[in-house]
Amino acid sequence: MKVLVAVKRVIDYNVRVRVKSDNTDVDLANTKMAINPFCEIAVEEAVRLKEKGVATEVVVVSIGDKACQEQLRTSLALGADRAIQVEVNGAMDPLSIAKLLNKVVEKEQPGLILLGKQAIDSDNNQTGQMLAALAGLPQATFASEVVIDGDKATVTREIDGGLQTLELSLPAVVTTDLRLNEPRYASLPNIMKAKRKPLEVISAEDLGVSVTAKLKTLRVDNPPSRSAGIKVDSVEQLIDKLKNEAKVL
Amino acid sequence: MTTLVIAEHDNTELKPVTLNTLAAAAAIGNEITVLVAGSNCQAVAAQAAQAAGVAKVLVAEDGAYEHQLAENVSALVTELGGGYSHILFPATGNGKNIAPRVAAGLDVNQISEIISVESADTFTRPIYAGNAIATVQSEDAIKVITVRATGFDAVAAEGGSGAVDSIGSAHDIGSSRHVEDKLAVSDRPELTAASVVISGGRGMGNGENFALLDGIADKLGAAVGASRAAVDAGFVPNDMQVGQTGKIVAPNLYIAVGISGAIQHLAGMKDSKVIVAINKDEDAPIFQVADYGLVADLFETLPQLEAAL
Repeated sequence: MKVLVAVKRVIDYNVRVRVKSDNTDVDLANTKMAINPFCEIAVEEAVRLKEKGVATEVVVVSIGDKACQEQLRTSLALGADRAIQVEVNGAMDPLSIAKLLNKVVEKEQPGLILLGKQAIDSDNNQTGQMLAALAGLPQATFASEVVIDGDKATVTREIDGGLQTLELSLPAVVTTDLRLNEPRYASLPNIMKAKRKPLEVISAEDLGVSVTAKLKTLRVDNPPSRSAGIKVDSVEQLIDKLKNEAKVL
Repeated sequence: MTTLVIAEHDNTELKPVTLNTLAAAAAIGNEITVLVAGSNCQAVAAQAAQAAGVAKVLVAEDGAYEHQLAENVSALVTELGGGYSHILFPATGNGKNIAPRVAAGLDVNQISEIISVESADTFTRPIYAGNAIATVQSEDAIKVITVRATGFDAVAAEGGSGAVDSIGSAHDIGSSRHVEDKLAVSDRPELTAASVVISGGRGMGNGENFALLDGIADKLGAAVGASRAAVDAGFVPNDMQVGQTGKIVAPNLYIAVGISGAIQHLAGMKDSKVIVAINKDEDAPIFQVADYGLVADLFETLPQLEAAL
């Protein structure tokens, strides 16, 4: 079974973002970029499926400009076999991304498609579900366990208040939650080896998808800030303040 | 122009988060129809019909909708969706699972987790874990939206008089099957619906010590939450997680115990009305957002607090 994993290049999760002074966007100039943490979990899961002998090939795909090849190489170093960059310029909305990924799915015919549940920049949480809809495939979002058995996937999902188990017919789309696995670190030999693994570049036009942005970002602001309150000295004083000042007890 | 609101429910009870979503629909201003898709869920439809501002309730009952399988419910909403200007889902696990599938089916974008309605086509939403707020405008004919409950005060659960219509449309796609739900059993309110939340962090030391929070939670009628650090350390299960990657809460009172206050956690609770922080490290970032801070050892403080309440 071939596994296709979609990955996104995003700001490193340790970097504190700042809103640009003209309020057009956040400032990404000279910031450290990385593979989206949820996407990294998806790559790890695919590689583990290959190590278990369930997957035969792991293909990673990213949609973006040349810079996203860095994240594809990272994925190859983690154990993916080959990479595809769909070349586009500028940020795209999830529907356009899903349409492009759907064309890659048609071309590659994977048995399982793994994506992160959301990217930590736009926080949309949409692409996997949209891809599943466009490809006419079943979906299991927010996965914390994936078991493949023949032409079925049994997926445990994180839902409000607990866990849910679904059984999907393959091919299927699965999006990863945090606890699915803990990604490995790429070893130096694997990083070197990744440089020689195949990386194909195709354009959005090659895939026959024309995209128009129907969702515009008008402005980006800092969130309302919350100021520090007071320090209390004792539990008694705390309860007094909550009762008589804040009136929440 | 009509807005369709998708009800969140468990086939017996309308979940309060639906009322917050209705508030967002009211802010958009169109007539409001609620869709209740489920199995044997007439009681939910009756509750939805009573919510303030609801003109009509559509109820689709079929075994295929019992567990809110995304394939089946999205097929139903996509079929109905062409007739509406806006389709609103609560930004719950369910809503987030289904809404994008509907949007793609209708060939429109989806707008995630709005926290305000600026106009019928312009909304604000947090990005970068709440470190920035984007104002977005949609040119799509149908706006498919998920609504973050903490951004909108719930409409009244009673006082409305919507008409209830059953629709016979059944979609059983058959490509997915529900196996089981394992839900945490608790007498306490749900995290996202509680008016008081008390959360523990890595400072709790281990899972057993969370019992120190339970006694206080029982006295306050509070829900118990946790930081991601406490979840990652294996103290408590992930459904207790408050933060960017967990639940977003905005109770009247939020008590953070042994939580340092990573951005990740603040993203999930900083809209709470009153924040209390108890931490022995006086430099912990949590104190920068807390209305009341107590620098103390939580193992001494918590029993005192429980006794004093």
